[in-house]
Amino acid sequence: MTNEEALQHQTQVAHGAAVAAHVAHHKQSFITKYIFSQDHKIISRQFLITGIIWAVIGGFFSVLFRMQLGFPDQTFPWLEDIFGKWAEGGRISQDLYYTLVTMHGTILVFFVLTAGLSGTFSNFLIPLQVGARDMASPFVNMLSYWFFFAASVVMFSSLFVSTGGSSVGWTFYPPLSALGDAAEGAKTGMDLWLISIFLFIVSQLLGGLNYVVTIINMRTKGMFMTRLPLTIWSFMFTAILGILTFPVLLSAVVLLMFDRHLGTSFFLSDIVIQGKILPNEGGSPILFQHLFWFLGHPEVYIVALPAMGITSEVVSTNSRKPIFGYMAMVGSFFAISTLSMIVWAHHMFVSGMNPFLGSVFTLFTLLIAVPSAIKVFNWLTTLWRGNIIFTPAMLFSIGFVSLFISGGLTGIWLGNAAIDMHIHDTYFNIAHFHLVMGVASMFGMFAGVYHWFPKMFGRFMNKTLGYIHFWITIVCAYLIFWPMHYEGIAGMPRRYYDYSNWESFKMFEGLNTFIGYVVIIVFATQFLFIFNFFYSIYKGRKMTESNKNPWKATTLEWTTPPLPGHGNWEGEIPEVHRWAYDYSKGDRDFIPQTEPIGEDEGEH
Amino acid sequence: METAAVQTKKGLWSGGRSPFNVSYGKLMMWYFLLSDSFTFGAFLISYGTIRFSSNYWVDHNYVFNSFPGIHANAPLAFVSLMTFILIFSSVTMVLAVHEGHKMNKRGVEKWLMFTILGGLAFLSCQAVEWTHLLTTSHPVLVNGQIEYWNTTTSHNPWGPRVLFEGGLINTPGPVAFGGYFFGITGFHGFHVSVGVILLIITLINTKRGVFHNRGHYEMVEKIGLYWHFVDLVWVFVFLCFYLI
Repeated sequence: MTNEEALQHQTQVAHGAAVAAHVAHHKQSFITKYIFSQDHKIISRQFLITGIIWAVIGGFFSVLFRMQLGFPDQTFPWLEDIFGKWAEGGRISQDLYYTLVTMHGTILVFFVLTAGLSGTFSNFLIPLQVGARDMASPFVNMLSYWFFFAASVVMFSSLFVSTGGSSVGWTFYPPLSALGDAAEGAKTGMDLWLISIFLFIVSQLLGGLNYVVTIINMRTKGMFMTRLPLTIWSFMFTAILGILTFPVLLSAVVLLMFDRHLGTSFFLSDIVIQGKILPNEGGSPILFQHLFWFLGHPEVYIVALPAMGITSEVVSTNSRKPIFGYMAMVGSFFAISTLSMIVWAHHMFVSGMNPFLGSVFTLFTLLIAVPSAIKVFNWLTTLWRGNIIFTPAMLFSIGFVSLFISGGLTGIWLGNAAIDMHIHDTYFNIAHFHLVMGVASMFGMFAGVYHWFPKMFGRFMNKTLGYIHFWITIVCAYLIFWPMHYEGIAGMPRRYYDYSNWESFKMFEGLNTFIGYVVIIVFATQFLFIFNFFYSIYKGRKMTESNKNPWKATTLEWTTPPLPGHGNWEGEIPEVHRWAYDYSKGDRDFIPQTEPIGEDEGEH
Repeated sequence: METAAVQTKKGLWSGGRSPFNVSYGKLMMWYFLLSDSFTFGAFLISYGTIRFSSNYWVDHNYVFNSFPGIHANAPLAFVSLMTFILIFSSVTMVLAVHEGHKMNKRGVEKWLMFTILGGLAFLSCQAVEWTHLLTTSHPVLVNGQIEYWNTTTSHNPWGPRVLFEGGLINTPGPVAFGGYFFGITGFHGFHVSVGVILLIITLINTKRGVFHNRGHYEMVEKIGLYWHFVDLVWVFVFLCFYLI
């Protein structure tokens, strides 16, 4: 199906009548336009705003459990007002603590950094940057969002069941997650959690199929794969990773459901619980870990790759320089994606897995440092002697590079089986992954929002608030996670409810209190962003027709009208004649992709 | 637009066309099948992991030796029939696609009908087999006592046989057998059911002339891809549970 056919077909579905390509002026009801919309731009906004809501919830949970860790002796009566029996006397109960930790991980990894990041920007940028009217299948794309929405509803309601939300950790290892008797949070809350993740996987599959197929099939004339902006490459590899690894998680979820309710023994063997011997025999909890981490590891790249793509684009545009090593960037995306699928067991060095396997996984894990370093050096060399424009998006992109380096270097420690056995499950690990994929990807998301906000909403966000947001956030990110390295090396384990009983960790009491304060500050700062975001949607400075390419970028999305209707371009889709990175070429500041190569000009 | 003429580099990947010369729908189906093969792959690899870490596994010639209506020892006869039915439904699916290429509406209807019947027959056979396993009890020696067990997700009466009071009797077998057998064949059966529903929708649309008016029967082809995939998966399931 060509682009025009796709659009025709789509609008027929929406209106029951064939309409011309420029559909911007056609009347749609509020429901078809904003709720059950098939326009990729609306769907991306739906993903983004749902993601923001989840980010506030997930972030608030981390504030709560850091308060428990930072101020273990104090009571906060307002907690009891909110949580009732879960926070008796104004102190978070152990069950609630583990629910908060579990939900923080689940929400941030899946709902914010997978759906909110790749859902938003894959949807928004793929058709606009490859030159397509919409996704290959707008209907399936709409379903993708609504499955995510259903997953969100189920996950949110799981917090309100009488036994509480899931409290078994976002990695939901059995036997804890398989036995309702094992914990309050392993009862109904766990069932709802599994159902929610099931729906989430369906959503990811539907979205991912669309992303890949749109990139392959729907590029406009002249858009060779090697002329694609790096954002598109990153979304493509992200989608492929999702298509290949989420189904394995689906298998694990299904088998775990059977273990919970049908009496099977896939992951259970020889268990005594509350003095009762369970009949389950022959299953293997390590098998679950293999299935889980076969998704779980690529998942961190599903989270990180879109942030890398966005960073590449923003850094190049705001350095007014072509991206350094375009093909090396594409190659390293490929290498990272491939390697990410064969390193999963580095999460399992101390699980009881055969130690000889550890050396193989150590080797592949350390190999990932090579493409990662290629990317980092390419970003730095793009910045090098560039004509840098410090927009908020650019600051967040540079912040991404900084965090990616800081967090990535400790990955080399953790990837070694011998070192990992010492610092496994300590705060060192928490510091590592929060910097390299958590906060870093969050920064990629912020960069993307600040950079493409004008294209999304036709208005600008406030710059000053953006700068304040950036500086407080990056300083706080380092203040929170840097000290955790020291705690981890000293052996402080993660996931503990209270460290004050241990003589060995008493020295970190002050540090934990300090982290508690910083967490509160950084969480409060995010409301600056949220205010800026929603205020600017309605009241921000308008992007006019004459200023419709505010960052002076080369890519196709800026050739559309300031607020493109469904179909993106009025008239025909432009043809592409050059790659996406013709910045500072000859005496030109930038040359859009739509401009034919001149007589005396070579292709980059 | 004048630019089409001046395009210098023409090629499969130059944009403005599908590099594989297939529609987005077919491409999407291929990627979906790739994804689905990872789901089944994960199931079968899990099965292999547990099976080969067990000291003993069931003897399939002994477990699957009944044939409805016949009281004889017929190892694997019934499942062979099931497999034959499913493979045959793939043949009729190919014929439906073929008639679609020729824009022969009648032919498409006929062969889709046969494919649906094949799918339903397979599902019925599976229901019979499951019922037989779940409801037929067998004597098992448990702690020196004889108990009667059905084959379920938590009980397996097909363990190694021992001498007891002058005769051979089964002992409890690995419980993982039931879980994996019902889990994986059930998941496959679910796929077949979805396929049958899709085929019925396609048949109705064919009868209504939807594809004829559209000018192509590509939808039949796409469902066909799915159907062949489900058959292919069955070959692996058959291999893993009944043959090795």
